[in-house]
Amino acid sequence: MQFGIFSVGDVTPDPTTGRTPTERERIKAMVAIALKAEEVALDVFATGEHHNPPFVPSSPTTMLGYIAARTEKLVLSTSTTLITTNDPVKIAEDFAMLQHLADGRVDVMLGRGNTGPVYPWFGQDIRQGINLTIENYALLHRLWREDVVNWEGKFRTPLQGFTSTPRPLDGVPPFVWHGSIRSPEVAEQAAFYGDGFFHNNIFWPADHTKRMVELYRTRYAHHGHGTPEQAIVGLGGQVFMRKNSQDAVREFRPYFDNAPVYGHGPSLEDFTDQTPLTVGSPQQVIEKTLSFREYAGNYQRQLFLMDHAGLPLKTVLEQIDMLGEEVVPVLREEFAKGRAAGVPDGPTHESLLAAASEPEKVTAT
Amino acid sequence: MKLVAVSAGLSVPSSTRLLADRLTDAVRDDLADRGHTVEVDVIELRALAVAVANNLVTGFPPPQLATVIESVTGADGLVAVTPVFTASYSGLFKSFFDLIDPEALTGKPVLIAATGGTARHSLVLEHALRPLFTYLRAVVVPTAVYAASEDWGSGGDAYTQGLPARIRRAGGELATLLAARAADPGPEDDITSFEKQLSDLRVD
Repeated sequence: MQFGIFSVGDVTPDPTTGRTPTERERIKAMVAIALKAEEVALDVFATGEHHNPPFVPSSPTTMLGYIAARTEKLVLSTSTTLITTNDPVKIAEDFAMLQHLADGRVDVMLGRGNTGPVYPWFGQDIRQGINLTIENYALLHRLWREDVVNWEGKFRTPLQGFTSTPRPLDGVPPFVWHGSIRSPEVAEQAAFYGDGFFHNNIFWPADHTKRMVELYRTRYAHHGHGTPEQAIVGLGGQVFMRKNSQDAVREFRPYFDNAPVYGHGPSLEDFTDQTPLTVGSPQQVIEKTLSFREYAGNYQRQLFLMDHAGLPLKTVLEQIDMLGEEVVPVLREEFAKGRAAGVPDGPTHESLLAAASEPEKVTAT
Repeated sequence: MKLVAVSAGLSVPSSTRLLADRLTDAVRDDLADRGHTVEVDVIELRALAVAVANNLVTGFPPPQLATVIESVTGADGLVAVTPVFTASYSGLFKSFFDLIDPEALTGKPVLIAATGGTARHSLVLEHALRPLFTYLRAVVVPTAVYAASEDWGSGGDAYTQGLPARIRRAGGELATLLAARAADPGPEDDITSFEKQLSDLRVD
């Protein structure tokens, strides 16, 4: 199972000091967070993609390329790459390029994006969000698998005799996670292709996550990629820890109360009851995270949001130290214990390369 | 069959709740005459005010609100009653319906009603509530019931029917829709086949 960090990349004032980091500070902080993730032996770092303030990461492969040069093991990913408003040709090129530079330590999570104006800013129509997702990915999928592509679709200029370069490293396209919170169509898309499904559950109750993951698993089997238990599932989580749980609550409360997403709404106590947010001791984080398996089944990737709500970098790095030293080693051990035989690990370039060189299996799609 | 009333009255006791009860009684009595038994559930939004606000902020309903939304969307018929605030339905009433999936009330028989201090606001039913439920593609019965303070202590006159007659007429209209509504389990979750979605997009 893979554990990692995902960052939204928001520039949020620290409510306890009123200080807002500069864009440069925030960008460098994201890099420091990624390097810390590698240092404490986490597996994945993923960055969001946004095209409006107060967010900084508009150019994920630039950032990930820089991190790739400074790390050895970390898998570099996104959370999410906008499949609706980015040109699929550019996604194919950018991530294949990154794959070569990072020696294969790359995968990508595709998402629709929910900021209305971004669609018209990039010449698209939000009402076509699902159709853009379907068509653009169909093209991306071919660009990474066919050397010469002829293409005609509804949303982009036709391609005749087009070759996306560089070709994917070792002929193995980056693994794709389809990220969704609410759209059954996206779970269906992930299932259709036999790709991964990431449910960003951090602001949602367990029963909702359960429904979406079950749908994906059922459809994964329907499309002939394996049993429902073999489907590739990723989940989010967000935590704040101190050795003593009361200290964690006391320190995090002003951040919670003013957080951009849920602040000025429910109480910290209600929100931690109803969603994956855990504020407490490392042991509480372990227990809560292990409980995800009860409704999502055995899964492959767990990403934590650590740099939320305007927490200062120093605090975030301390949190990642605790995550890497006290939480994840226990999670690895415990998750491995209950794991049914035949449940795959999170895909990596090496595992996909090995699978590709096996004699071809007949699959009904 | 199940009838749910949503009352957005804020005071206790509330004339909005009173009107909701009178309307559900009328529907139940009418259906009883036709041999149907009706289970009635009255929801007071006042008790859910904080939960409604939290849902607006977080995007998901806290557990007790989720149960209520399920009850409303799963009902065979709906009675929706609001006090008139500042020339329209109350903000709490609107916020509650803002949280319901826009498709979830499609085809549902709905009786709309409102209360106010003066009969001068009665067209609120026609210019605010009816368009709201029409947007949600609910089937709104022709008679909407407005109860001004004076209606609680007067009968009809040569030009207007009194409150009890209007309640009976509206209740009868909703009962007719409910009785006609077949025991339809409602549409199944339908995942459009991905092959079809993909082929729909092909230019060819």
